[in-house]
Amino acid sequence: MPYLDYVAGSPVDERVVEEIVKYFRHPGNPSSVHSLGLEARNIIEEARNRVANLINADPSEIIFTSGATEANNLAIIGYAMRNKRRGTHIIVSAIEHISVINSAKFLMKNGFEVDYAPVDKFGKVRLDELENLIRDDTILVSIQHANPEIGTVQDIHEIREIVRTTLHVDATASLGKIEVDVERMGADMLTLSSNDIYGPRGVGALYLRKGVRVNPIVLGGGQESGMRGGTENVPGIAGFGKAAEIAKEEWKRESERLREMRDRLIEGLLRIEDTFLNGHPEERLPNNASVRFSYIEGESILLSMDMEGIQASTGSACTSKTLQPSHVLMAIGLKHEEAHGSVVFSLGRWSRMEDVDYVLEKLPPIIERLRMMSPLYMKKKSGGG
Amino acid sequence: MYSEKVLEHFRNPKNVGVIEDADGVGTVGNPVCGDLMTMYIKVENDRIVDIKFQTFGCGAAIATSSMATELAIGKTIEEALQITKQTVAEALGGLPPQKMHCSNLAADALKRAIADYLKKQGRDEDLKRLGLDSLPDEEEHDDHGELCPM
Repeated sequence: MPYLDYVAGSPVDERVVEEIVKYFRHPGNPSSVHSLGLEARNIIEEARNRVANLINADPSEIIFTSGATEANNLAIIGYAMRNKRRGTHIIVSAIEHISVINSAKFLMKNGFEVDYAPVDKFGKVRLDELENLIRDDTILVSIQHANPEIGTVQDIHEIREIVRTTLHVDATASLGKIEVDVERMGADMLTLSSNDIYGPRGVGALYLRKGVRVNPIVLGGGQESGMRGGTENVPGIAGFGKAAEIAKEEWKRESERLREMRDRLIEGLLRIEDTFLNGHPEERLPNNASVRFSYIEGESILLSMDMEGIQASTGSACTSKTLQPSHVLMAIGLKHEEAHGSVVFSLGRWSRMEDVDYVLEKLPPIIERLRMMSPLYMKKKSGGG
Repeated sequence: MYSEKVLEHFRNPKNVGVIEDADGVGTVGNPVCGDLMTMYIKVENDRIVDIKFQTFGCGAAIATSSMATELAIGKTIEEALQITKQTVAEALGGLPPQKMHCSNLAADALKRAIADYLKKQGRDEDLKRLGLDSLPDEEEHDDHGELCPM
């Protein structure tokens, strides 16, 4: 059955599961001096090498965390707290992940000033606006590499040229899908998620360029070079390492395969009347097809698709805990009623062209059925709107 | 998240459509908020003999519309006015709490359709007696900067 919701959660690769199981019962604490402690230490250091290798970093620059959310919190809050004597102004893009947005809001309540860098209708950060926002006391700029919801990929290299202060890049959605190379990007901090490259959940990492200092936000016994307290999640980290090793080996081939499926999917979706692409038509993640169907609401589309065995996501307010539409869709200038009809299809390692064809076969009648129920559609058909 | 009954009504909603020569029409909701529904009723001797709905909205919005029409059909207008958000939700085996307010508009749409029917008949006395004379305006507005008041 077609699972097209990799953006929400990915299955763990069997090769990764094997690696996790191998260490699941291992009692060693990496901080212990005895031989089992040393073994555990070696397991996580090997994983650190693999993760560093995937993004062209030095292993000493990788801090393991409980996931991308914690890594984003550490990058924004930890960095700001550590460096506030240099300035109290930070900039984040308007379409950052909620863990970045909420970190920025936390800082605002604690004496910092925050500006949101606007994006254009394709979701690309407006470079001229970003440049205007940068001040002498700007200590940090945080821009995601790619947006999981609309798929748009930012030109981090160009952003780096403008940003002369510390640059944090959230690479959660792009890792393993397109090239993520900290040297070529010029990132000072970079957020990584394990599950997004088919590793276990509950594990992530922050890349911290040598010399970049943060205050830890999880306080404990000085683990992770003092940047993240708490006994290390040894099997989880080992699984992340294995996932990184596989991603390094396979991402290019994988990316081509995803791109082919995505293109067919987008082409087919846009053949449905009054359907529009969200995000950038070319500069987008190879696994992301984000569209909006006019006159109908996303949750009812998801429910209908689920009845046919198809899983996807929506930016509709009706499925969010806050009952607000996605801030990403608002930032690219969509009206509320347009955001309500948005659906994100995201492909991954186990997606097949048959899945795409199945979706394209099952979806048009679903859209038609919901539209026939919608007063907005009937109004449009009778020429009223 | 949803009860089996909600899903059943979502899958096979009853009484979807438009009554061209309806005796009363009621619309509530706002596309900005993600829910908009219109209820059409056909009335004979103050009894609802036919009812249809159109809904833009989530699964709960569609299921509550369908259930409300089922509850209302065959009832006199006074009986139908007893149908509330709670009645509809209970008949569906409950709704998730966050859906109770924003997506459970069918009872209100029905009430408005009945008010419209009485208005068209010029029955001001009945409107007043049934408390339908001062329903707030349900203007559709396009101001998408405004958030849902619910």
